Amino acid sequence: MEKQLLAVEGLTVEYWARRGRVRAVDSVSFTLDRAETLGVVGESGSGKSTLGLSLIRLIPPPGRIIGGHLWLEGTDLLKLREEEMRNVRGRKIAFVFQDPMTSLNPVKKIGEHFVELIRTHEPKTGREEALRRAEKLLNDVGIQSERINDYPHQLSGGMRQRVMIALSIALNPSIVIADEPTTALDVIVQAKILDLLKNVQNVYAMALILITHDLSIALERCNKILVMYAGQMVEYASVENIYNKPQHPYTRGLLKSIPNIELAEQKLEAIPGSPPDLLNPPRGCRFWPRCPSSIGKCREREPQPVETEPGHFVRCFLHEVAGNESN
Amino acid sequence: MTRLEVKRSMLASIVPGLASLGKKGLAGWLVVIGTLIVVSIVFMTLIAPWITPYDPSTRGINVGRPLTPPNPQFPFGTNDLGQDMLSRTIAGGSVMLQVAVLSVIICIIIGVPLGLFSSYVGGMLDRTTCLVMDSVYAFPGLILAIAIAATLGRGVVNMALSIAVVYVPSYFRVIRSQVLSIKETPYVEAAKSIGAKNRTILFKYILPNVVPSIVVVATVNFADAILTAAGLTFIGLGVEVDIPDWGWDLANGRRLLPSGVWWVITFPGIFIILLALGFTLVGEGLSELLNPKLAER
Repeated sequence: MEKQLLAVEGLTVEYWARRGRVRAVDSVSFTLDRAETLGVVGESGSGKSTLGLSLIRLIPPPGRIIGGHLWLEGTDLLKLREEEMRNVRGRKIAFVFQDPMTSLNPVKKIGEHFVELIRTHEPKTGREEALRRAEKLLNDVGIQSERINDYPHQLSGGMRQRVMIALSIALNPSIVIADEPTTALDVIVQAKILDLLKNVQNVYAMALILITHDLSIALERCNKILVMYAGQMVEYASVENIYNKPQHPYTRGLLKSIPNIELAEQKLEAIPGSPPDLLNPPRGCRFWPRCPSSIGKCREREPQPVETEPGHFVRCFLHEVAGNESN
Repeated sequence: MTRLEVKRSMLASIVPGLASLGKKGLAGWLVVIGTLIVVSIVFMTLIAPWITPYDPSTRGINVGRPLTPPNPQFPFGTNDLGQDMLSRTIAGGSVMLQVAVLSVIICIIIGVPLGLFSSYVGGMLDRTTCLVMDSVYAFPGLILAIAIAATLGRGVVNMALSIAVVYVPSYFRVIRSQVLSIKETPYVEAAKSIGAKNRTILFKYILPNVVPSIVVVATVNFADAILTAAGLTFIGLGVEVDIPDWGWDLANGRRLLPSGVWWVITFPGIFIILLALGFTLVGEGLSELLNPKLAER
């Protein structure tokens, strides 16, 4: 269609729980170009993982995608049949999960994971060739190729996450989604894994969607950032704009809560309160109960995303005047 | 100390791996002892045709005077037909072992795939299968086996079938609950995220991870199958009279016991208990070794 690799339009995901419907992702839209890095930032329960999983249509029941479009190179993924979708998973869009300790099959050798992945998508490839490719991939992520004969329990957490990354790039996908890839690892390994992701992204020219609760990681590693709150996109802009001109009070709050080594005196500010219960979200703007600058109509009506300058979207009444109403 | 070590090294030279089992503590030794018991009895049964002093079948009637107490010529005595009880005891495990092995195989063939599919697919299929399995489970096992065996008639295969029906639910339940937790694990989710088919996930990701449970259930189930098989022959639903069988000797010996003939019932009885004990030891030991969570309870 156009040069955009992935265009998400109004993606809405609901969990049909027994006590009612929870809208975990509420009409989220964004675009992703080739080799670009998008950071999805939000608290736990803000819907960022659900957003990630819904991109490959793997939301566990009772969740379901109830609206929107997922344009991948001009095809709407939501319209594909399940078998066609299987070909997209792993080949076009790969996923790196949060917990490397349990994301590998404990009874299969490392090499077998690669053989299976490669042969699922390229049935003509022989076992030997798949293993050779696995060795090269492992080398690329900094693991000795002899490890191909190890079982997952023989590797450390950091090494397993490297294996997961090697698996995700095995078929040269155009997008890798990394869902909190470093949450289960210690800080030093974290930095290495993130560097590795950056590295393979450059080498293999992939787009990366980095899902994290840590805004500082996203600021450091991404081109664009999408801030989520209670299932909604509250701000979506380039890293520069998020850092220099944050517009949503929630983004500002997150920025203020990042420790800064140069400003030792500065007091860290936390955002008071906790995210709303999505079964029973507050009327009006979902953030108003915690918002330091809420105004009267925040409690009455829900703000819509507005584009305050090209590529900078924000969902807040404070900026509605500046931009043109999108609805 | 040294004697124990010598014994260990001897064991290790006979069966490689036994020594390392011994290092795993009590559970390891349970497996070692149980395996030795079972292997000895199976071996004895296999070579029975060559080591029995007299013919244990009906052709061996009246080799001695009926109801001779144990003596140097007939160490286990003779029964009311004048058959040598030592020969009958040596050869009498054959039917029971065949029945046990066959029934366990049938159970695995039916119970494991049923548990896998039902649990993986879930929904109405799972509910229905569970309901059927639970209703079978609710029956007293022996009574159900007797009823089925009575309908099917005598014979090794029929006995194995009737025992299998009783024990399929145990396999089903264990596999089902295992699959329920395994199908939620991140590595299954990861398999889905790389586009793996359901068949692949079921057979390459889930099945290999439930194999330890299958092994444990099967070994414990062996002991139950042996006892049930003995029970079936005991009440006359087993095999023809001319085939030596511990269960038949038990039934026969029970009749003779009141008149003071203790030897006909004692020796076959001991071997049934030994065999069941052997399988139970292996099963308990393995379940502790393979499933640490179970051992904590």
